[in-house]
Amino acid sequence: MRYGRAAEVLRDVNFALAPGSFHFLTGPSGAGKSSLLKLIYLAERPSRGTIELFGRDVEAIAPADRPFLRRRIGVVFQEFKLLDHLSAFDNVALPLRIAGGKPEAYRHDVAELLAWVGLKARMHALPPTLSGGEKQRLAIARAVVGRPDILLADEPTGNVDDAHALRILKLFVELNRLGTTVLIASHDEDLVARSGQPVLHLDKGRLRAFGRNVRTEGAS
Amino acid sequence: MSEMFDAGRWKPGPLLPKRDPRDGSLVFVVAVLCFLACLTALGALAANRAAHGWTSQLTGSATVVVRAQGAESPDAAAGRAAETLAGVKGVSEARALEKEKAEALLEPWLGHEALLDDLPIPRLVAVDLDPKAPARAAALDQALKAAGIDATVDDHSLWIADIERGAGIARWSALSVFLLIASAAGAVIAFATRAAMAAHRETIEVLHLSGAQASFVVRLFQARFAQAAALAGLFGAAGATIIGALARLAGGGQGLTPVLPVAWIDLLAVVPTPLLAALVAAVAARLAARGLIGELA
Repeated sequence: MRYGRAAEVLRDVNFALAPGSFHFLTGPSGAGKSSLLKLIYLAERPSRGTIELFGRDVEAIAPADRPFLRRRIGVVFQEFKLLDHLSAFDNVALPLRIAGGKPEAYRHDVAELLAWVGLKARMHALPPTLSGGEKQRLAIARAVVGRPDILLADEPTGNVDDAHALRILKLFVELNRLGTTVLIASHDEDLVARSGQPVLHLDKGRLRAFGRNVRTEGAS
Repeated sequence: MSEMFDAGRWKPGPLLPKRDPRDGSLVFVVAVLCFLACLTALGALAANRAAHGWTSQLTGSATVVVRAQGAESPDAAAGRAAETLAGVKGVSEARALEKEKAEALLEPWLGHEALLDDLPIPRLVAVDLDPKAPARAAALDQALKAAGIDATVDDHSLWIADIERGAGIARWSALSVFLLIASAAGAVIAFATRAAMAAHRETIEVLHLSGAQASFVVRLFQARFAQAAALAGLFGAAGATIIGALARLAGGGQGLTPVLPVAWIDLLAVVPTPLLAALVAAVAARLAARGLIGELA
C-alpha cells in the first residue's frame, strides 16, 4: 500500500484473522499500524494485493454495498473523529441511527454503554468540552455500540489512565467473548503483555511476527 | 450542577450543525448575486418594453402631406384629406394640423421672418392607425387619390427599420447581460457551495466511515445548502423588488425614465429566484458531496 506516489508504507503483509479472534497490532511509530487498519476499515485501498473481509474480496464489492460492510466494522480512531456539534449521546448513537434504527429501540443501550465507559454524567456534553480521556472513551463507545463483527482500535488507551485502560481492555475482551473479532493497534507494551493476547508486529511496513505474544512468553 | 440526562426523552439531534458561521458568507454572496441577477432581469424587461414602445409608436401612426390644388385653400384640402382618411379601414383617427403647427414645424429650417403668408406651405394630416389592424400606406394613398387630393403619405417606414434594429439591439443586449449575470451567479453559487462543503469534509468522513450510504450523505447536504441558497435568493429577490418598486413609484406611469419603463408586473420576474438558487446549490452540493465521498471511497 502507498499514499499517492510516495514509497510503499506496507508490503508483503499476509495474515488472516480468524473470526472471534483477539490480536494486538504492535510496532514502532511509522511501522504502518494505522495504514493497515485503514485498509481493513475500507478508508484506503491497497495499491496491490487483495483484502478479504467476511470471505469477500473488498475490491470486488460494489461501492453501493460497501457502507453495509462498514457497518459491521467498529473503529476507534486515533484522532477520535467525533462530531463536535453532537452531544456525547448523539455521537454514540450515530452508527445505529445511520443503520436506520429507531431511537426508542436503542437509546437505553446507548445510555447503558455511556455509563459503562464512565460518561454517565457527560451524556449531553459536546465533545469540545470533554477531556482527552473522555473523548477516547466516547469514541470507544461509538465503535462498539453496534456490536460490530470486527472491532478495530487505533491506540485506544493512549489518552486514558491505567485504570481506564484496563476497563477498556475488559470491554474489548467482553465483546470478543460475544464473538467480535478484535484488532487493537497499540504501543502500550504493558497493556499488550498483560492481555496475553496474540500479536501482529509490524516494522517498516512489513509483518515481522504474527501470533505469539513475546512479552507473555518471555514472562512465563 | 448540570441537568440530569434522560435517555427516555432523548431525540436525535441534527446531523449537521444548525448554525455554522461559514454559512453566513455563503448566504451573503448568493444574496448579492441573486440581487444583481434580479436587477438585470428587471432591466431586460424594461428594455424590452421600451423597445416595443418605440416601434409601436412609429407603426401606429402616419403623416400625410397635403398640397392644395386649384382654387381650394390648403386648409380646406387638409380638412378634406382628414375626412377622407378617417373613413379608411384601419384608421382610428385623422386630424389636419393647423397652419400654425405646420409653420412651427418648418420654422427651424426657414426661420420666422421667411414665413410669408403667400408661401405655399403644405398642410399636414396626422393619422392614428388601428393598432390591431393598421391601414397600409398604399390604402391611404389610394383613398386620397380617389378623393382627388394631391398628397404624399409617409408611414415612417424609412425610420421603422432603423428603430426596430436599435430596439432589437437594446432588447438582446439586455437579455445577454441578464444571462451573463445569471450564469455568473449560478457559477459562484456552485463554487461557494463547494467551498462550504469542503469545510464539512470531516463530518462527511465520519458519516461515511460509520456506514452511511452516499445517498444519505448527499441528501443531508443537498437539503442544507438548498435551504441556505433559497434564503439568500429570497433576500436578493426582495432587494431587487424594492429597487424595482422604487423605480416604478419614482417615475409614475412611465417608470423611472421613459427609456426604461418598469411595470408592476415585471416585479413578478424575481419570484422564481429562491427556487433557482436552491436548485443550483442543491446540484452543486450533490456533486461536491459525491466528489468528496468518491475521494474517501
